[in-house]
Amino acid sequence: MNLWNKLMCYSRRRSPWLFHLNGGSCNGCDIELIASLTPRYDAEQLGVRLEGSPRHADILCITGPITHNAVEAIKTVYGQVLGPKAVVAIGSCPATTNVFIDSRTLDGPLNKHLPVDVFVPGCPPRPDAIILGVAKAAEILALRAAKQWPDESVMVPILEQGAACACSDSAESKPSPESTPSEVQP
Amino acid sequence: MNITTALARLLIFPGLLFAVPAAWFFLWVERKAVALMQGRVGPPFMQPFYDFIKLLGKGTPPRSGISGLLMRAWPVIAVSSAAGAVGLLPVLPASGGFEGDLILLLALLELPSMCIIAAGFSSRSIFGEIGSAREAVLSVSYNVVFLLAILSIAASQHTFRLEALAQIPPSSVPWLASLLHWLGILAVLICLPAKLHLNPFSLPNAEQEIYSGPMVEYAGPELAMWELSHGLEWVAATGLVATLAAPHVTLAWLAILIFIGLCFGIVLLLSVVASATARLAIDTTVRFYWQVTLIFAVLAISSALFMRFKS
Repeated sequence: MNLWNKLMCYSRRRSPWLFHLNGGSCNGCDIELIASLTPRYDAEQLGVRLEGSPRHADILCITGPITHNAVEAIKTVYGQVLGPKAVVAIGSCPATTNVFIDSRTLDGPLNKHLPVDVFVPGCPPRPDAIILGVAKAAEILALRAAKQWPDESVMVPILEQGAACACSDSAESKPSPESTPSEVQP
Repeated sequence: MNITTALARLLIFPGLLFAVPAAWFFLWVERKAVALMQGRVGPPFMQPFYDFIKLLGKGTPPRSGISGLLMRAWPVIAVSSAAGAVGLLPVLPASGGFEGDLILLLALLELPSMCIIAAGFSSRSIFGEIGSAREAVLSVSYNVVFLLAILSIAASQHTFRLEALAQIPPSSVPWLASLLHWLGILAVLICLPAKLHLNPFSLPNAEQEIYSGPMVEYAGPELAMWELSHGLEWVAATGLVATLAAPHVTLAWLAILIFIGLCFGIVLLLSVVASATARLAIDTTVRFYWQVTLIFAVLAISSALFMRFKS
């Protein structure tokens, strides 16, 4: 790996810019995502910035159990985020549709529509868990720069939740595409 | 000054080699000062550099036609004009040769904001157009005061040459000229938050209301150029105030030290004001510049002109 690639890996790890998207959430997770930027948790130490436009973002943070209305919006915004990008599903709702399961207004869970990189479970998850999830997603972006992680274009939306495993911190291990969704334990 | 010194000024100090790291440093100081004011730790020292490198490695949306070409051109024009403005700053004691005058410096300082307006309109996004319209209104408001203040300084010093303006009025000039000089600097300082899109005048690039305004369609390397041009605007605008306010010294290293120290102080002051205030609406902003500060600017320039005709 040459110097430029190393620099790019490091910069991607240190500068995750987020775009927050509500897929029918009750606002609990949204509040916790904002709380992770407040003085108590201060995600800006990791270079996190909440961006206004999806064009500027690297990481798409999606909350909520994906209602019928939200599906097209989520797909559009996912297309507007430019590569390399990662998706973080915040809360139990986008992962499993939570207590709203079998509701006729829902078209969830999220990984039916998008390839999700990191799940942050919780109802709502704690801000430190969200920060950890964002840090893992930034790590995935860095691994993509080093070609040690499958690209988002080859990842397909998958429904098998059993494939979830912890994200490996070491850059050497090369995970298979089935094991990409990593779960953050708060 | 021969061609080598001119090139050294444009490329090394206070030109590109100094200006680009200084731009990143000032962007960091701004974010860090806001974080400290809010009781946070804030971003690490190298953060703007990491952001820049990361943005260089991202993709850009496909663009076609003449508007796509224009959208690629605006950030480059903005960066080069801001870098040119920094290169013109008379930091080092004069050595003759090409001395850019004040009018060229003001034009170069104004170009990035023109580029922002044009970029928002050529993005064809409704949010970009709203942001551009706001930027245009803001620019019309603060520029009257800004230009009048600079003109009053120039009129009280009887010159448009930057090298002469950079020297503090010596003790021989009347106290009124000195007072006008400092009044002018104060008026320029009041205009700087609007020029640099800081709170309370950050409405053209409001993230929450209009999705970052004119920048909404920019991504990757083009956005990196915008970030860099914003940083260079920081250096140029604070550097202009610093050169006007700095005492005249003949030692080069002392002049550089005083320049950097003054710039740092101004950045800190503006960041603290930005973190202590909230974003104002467009009508309040326009009223502030046209009703409150314009009076002082008109007073300053009329007394400067009066003094000039009397002498």
